[in-house]
Amino acid sequence: MTPGESLEHLANREYKWGFVTDIETDSVPAGLSEDVIRLISSKKQEPEWLLEWRLKAYRRWLEMPEPEWSSVRFPPIDYQAIVYYSAPKQKKKLESLDEVDPKLLETYEKLGIPLGEQKRLAGVAVDAVFDSVSVATTFREELSKKGILFCSFSEAVREHPELVREYLGSVVPYSDNKHAALNSAVFTDGSFVYVPKGVRCPMELSTYFRINAANTGQFERTLIIADEGSYVSYLEGCTAPQRDENQLHAAVVELVALERAEIKYSTVQNWYPGDAEGRGGIYNFVTKRGKCAGRASKISWTQVETGSAITWKYPSCILLGDDSIGEFYSVALTANRQQADTGTKMIHIGKNTRSTIVSKGISTGHGQNAYRGQVRVQKGADGARNYSQCDSLLIGDRCGAHTFPYLEVRNPTATVEHEATTSKIGEDQLFYCQQRGISAEDAVSMIVNGFCKQVLKELPMEFAVEAQKLLGVSLEGSVG
Amino acid sequence: MSDDAREAFVASFEVAAPDGPAWLQALRKEAISAFAAEGFPTPRSEAWRYTNLAPIARTAWTTAPATAVALDRAAIERLSFPVFACSVFVFVNGRFEPALSTPRALAGGLEVGSLAAASIERPALVEPYLGRLARSEGAPVAALNTALFADGAFVHLPANTVVDAPIHIVHLALPGGGPTASHPRTLVVAEHGSRATVIEDFVSLGEARMLTNSVTEVFLGDAASIEHVSLQREGADAAHLAALRVRQSRDSRYTGHGISLGGTLTRNEIVAVLDGIGAECELNGFYVASGKEHVDNHTTIDHASPHGTSRETYKGVLDGEARGVFSGRVIVRPDAQKTSAQQTNKNLLLSRDAEVDSRPQLEILADDVKCSHGSTIGQLDEDALFYLRSRGIESVAAQALLMRAFATEITGRISIAPLRERIDELLLARLARARAEAA
Repeated sequence: MTPGESLEHLANREYKWGFVTDIETDSVPAGLSEDVIRLISSKKQEPEWLLEWRLKAYRRWLEMPEPEWSSVRFPPIDYQAIVYYSAPKQKKKLESLDEVDPKLLETYEKLGIPLGEQKRLAGVAVDAVFDSVSVATTFREELSKKGILFCSFSEAVREHPELVREYLGSVVPYSDNKHAALNSAVFTDGSFVYVPKGVRCPMELSTYFRINAANTGQFERTLIIADEGSYVSYLEGCTAPQRDENQLHAAVVELVALERAEIKYSTVQNWYPGDAEGRGGIYNFVTKRGKCAGRASKISWTQVETGSAITWKYPSCILLGDDSIGEFYSVALTANRQQADTGTKMIHIGKNTRSTIVSKGISTGHGQNAYRGQVRVQKGADGARNYSQCDSLLIGDRCGAHTFPYLEVRNPTATVEHEATTSKIGEDQLFYCQQRGISAEDAVSMIVNGFCKQVLKELPMEFAVEAQKLLGVSLEGSVG
Repeated sequence: MSDDAREAFVASFEVAAPDGPAWLQALRKEAISAFAAEGFPTPRSEAWRYTNLAPIARTAWTTAPATAVALDRAAIERLSFPVFACSVFVFVNGRFEPALSTPRALAGGLEVGSLAAASIERPALVEPYLGRLARSEGAPVAALNTALFADGAFVHLPANTVVDAPIHIVHLALPGGGPTASHPRTLVVAEHGSRATVIEDFVSLGEARMLTNSVTEVFLGDAASIEHVSLQREGADAAHLAALRVRQSRDSRYTGHGISLGGTLTRNEIVAVLDGIGAECELNGFYVASGKEHVDNHTTIDHASPHGTSRETYKGVLDGEARGVFSGRVIVRPDAQKTSAQQTNKNLLLSRDAEVDSRPQLEILADDVKCSHGSTIGQLDEDALFYLRSRGIESVAAQALLMRAFATEITGRISIAPLRERIDELLLARLARARAEAA
């Protein structure tokens, strides 16, 4: 393929998840004000304390400046043009999956997550969030036998207010940053997980997010609490229809791991990336943070970021407990005019805390990809250890790769290492593959998959397969 | 923030601006208004995130006195390098002192001397260069130097001049009554095919509170080659803000060695632009800080042309309550294909109260490149210490040996042997002092 052809190919590359589901929705008018927040809160029949919390966040949000330190560029967001609440219209509270609107189930079918089938085959419990409301949660019963709570956030507020109240905002306070404050003010739903003491969650828990209605933002909030000695693996996937305007997605994820608990959080993010000229696409401004609150606890983030016009997320770990472990594995691919500014923060506070960062960035077309990370070793973190590796691969001469690590060490017994490389895709590797009859495109896909292997192998099986396919699709036409 | 320094400097400019030809006056006016508008940077700006200039900004500095106290050649030798028989040019509080300098026969048209004199006598050689790299906009500290430098060093290497003996520039800061500031300025113009070694030695006499705000601009023509040693060892109560700007033309080679041996606050800001095909840039740095010292190296290597090579290695030892900052940016512009860039920062953290902040950065906008960076923060290798001790070398000596090895990776790159040895000695004495303070 010549470069010209391949460009065309790239431009025409299809976003396979760009369909719109025609479904009746219950939305509030566009715009943001205290009244809208009160309306959302009353629609969700929330207790007074939560409304107060939302309003405090909103007032704080009004005063906060837009974060401008990252390298992503975009026109200012008109917060008054966004619809902050949009839910599929339902007549009554659902008792089982069979009562869910068949059109909605069809959508999930198209997305490749047939809820019914998954129930039988995959053994993955799915909480599907459609626009702003959690639609159905599968496998509830089986989980509840073990005492595991896995439900939508609104349900958790209704049924387990003491847990929500204790942990909401304990890792990401509403005043953390502008996007987190906005989420705290208007968040509509999300997932809630509580794993009791000593319980190993028997299956992977999963949420699927979808933005459907036009002009809506999605503001979900996830809270996962792993009590002493428990283990949970959580997966999250996302898609959105193809639209010409930008849509905002500002989520907050909070993880709390108590003593000896382990949380593994995996994301495959495939929001609509916009077209070849950079029109449309999702602004993915997400605040994710985990707190290793107890001794010997562990939080591991794995993410594959192939979608979104702009990605701005830094899944972080606060290593508070002695001997706790934080991990961050990331693949970020930017094609066309996508921009990604992603990385992590590892804050070492406890003694003998360890962290590992592996970040792989791939840029093609006009894509801009930045790793931005901080490793901070506080004074009391004796024996802290960090290893970071950030590699970037460039395909095409109009893209960019940037690496901005911040290492701050205040303890003489800590060891911190950071390594980064940037290079183009190996010509000899390409040649080797092509010479053996593998097309240039397949060869690039293979090489990229190899480049990312260290991260992909951290993903649970089903997700790893999906991630590899996604990488393949996103790379289509990127070589000539 | 209290801003006495800004007022004092602006007032001193209004009362007694240094003179010079009209073009230089225009440059100074522009500079002082840039400084007056911005003042000293604060940690709110990203480039100064880890370094707080508040103690400098709230001091009403006076300009260091113009005339030298009774000094003789022997005193200069004691302060600088007695081992050298090379040309020595002495600048006291920024002003050229011919009486203390010993220019030897200068090869092939090489010119070294007063910048103030050259800007009047040889404007064609100075005007196109002075202040062209160290711009005032967005760089208030360098602007302050441009506004207030009274004199400086001017080094001109005509085309194809090769100078073997190092050009040794001594910047001597002398205290006046109260806190004094000096603004040493250096301009090096190396025309095509020329080659030389330039040493800038920043020393001081007396232990008064001093601020040295230096600016050095180095222009390299096609295939020119400059080895540049910058040595900072002013008194324990001295602050040093240094700006070094380098522009390289085609196939030129610049090798910089920046050695910082202490002072209350040291900030080295380096910007090297590889502006011609095939330019090579090597930046080496070593810093030692102990007590409450603060040392910040802030470097930018800008690959603006294809086929460039850069190697950057900075190493530091932090003891006591010292803080070491390294911020290194490597930019590869969209058309700078075939660039090879390597950057390393290694830090030894020896005390519970010391801190290191390392921020290596790569900004790559071309695809056919090989770039890497690495940064480590840690301690002396336990195994290596054990190995030495198991062979009967006591702990303090073993540590000293390992630190020496750590340091000589940098100093070993200085190509002139007597200079290298002398700097090694200074460095080891400094490391020993840091350890003694801690003990």
